[in-house]
Amino acid sequence: MKIAILQFPGSNCDKDTLHVLLNIAGLRPKLIWHNEFDDDSFDAAILPGGFSFGDHLRAGAIAAHSNAMQTIRKMADQEKPILGICNGFQILIEAGLLPGALLRNASLRFVCKWTDLQVESTDTAFTCRFSKNTKVRMPIAHNEGRFFVENNSLHALKENEQIVLRYTDENPTGTLDNIAAITNSEANVVGMMPHPERASSTLLGGSDGLKVFESMMEWTR
Amino acid sequence: MNLFPVEVIISNKPQARDPEGETIARDLIHKEGFHAIRNVRTSKLLALIIEAENEENASNIALKMCNDLRLYNPVAHSISVRVGQRN
Repeated sequence: MKIAILQFPGSNCDKDTLHVLLNIAGLRPKLIWHNEFDDDSFDAAILPGGFSFGDHLRAGAIAAHSNAMQTIRKMADQEKPILGICNGFQILIEAGLLPGALLRNASLRFVCKWTDLQVESTDTAFTCRFSKNTKVRMPIAHNEGRFFVENNSLHALKENEQIVLRYTDENPTGTLDNIAAITNSEANVVGMMPHPERASSTLLGGSDGLKVFESMMEWTR
Repeated sequence: MNLFPVEVIISNKPQARDPEGETIARDLIHKEGFHAIRNVRTSKLLALIIEAENEENASNIALKMCNDLRLYNPVAHSISVRVGQRN
């Protein structure tokens, strides 16, 4: 399984993701600079966490116009798994591949901590290996993770089971309806604020995130 | 007394570079073909509601507050104050 991990100016979780996919999940990931990503023959793509282009205007807003996103759009249309983690989630939203907005945390603070989550939808490319309502732990580390949509859109997200993860123990950012991750209507594009790549080894405090990548493998089979 | 909407715009001085505006121009606006946009500068806007006798008074209150509280850094920033129609 060929997986592209995109690199934008400012990405800083790219190599963590590479390590997990290569050394723990046993896959064939490749790091690709955003300007050189024009090959849609990959089986899946991951937009990693960190920053991009200084996150000027809004987090992810500039990267959403990078050349790489044309290839990402093609892959999304082919219903291949696309995962945006943290800044990658912000980029997918700004590119219009996922609905809603990610606003500054209600506390106006960068929040960096382990969080308790519940898997709400298991019929997605990145959660199909979980059981519904499973409790998982993954860390977050971001400043703009307060998901927002208007009421009618929230209703649609619930109806279509597009809410993928919710915070359970507390709401760390003031995010709407405790939402931590969502998917598109085809369930192949997923954006999540928690970092599964930082929760893929018990040595680093937990391995619940590994199933996110194992789900991607199963979905592609 | 009346209530006036007052907008305070805090901008980088022309001689201070604005990397945010440059990035928005280069990697977004020009990249997507809007070449007629020749320059972009970002700034911060504070939308205030001020109780005052008249427009001039409202403007003076905003200016005094910005200066006394150093809401902008006069070394690098300039401000402009716009008073709207009273409510």
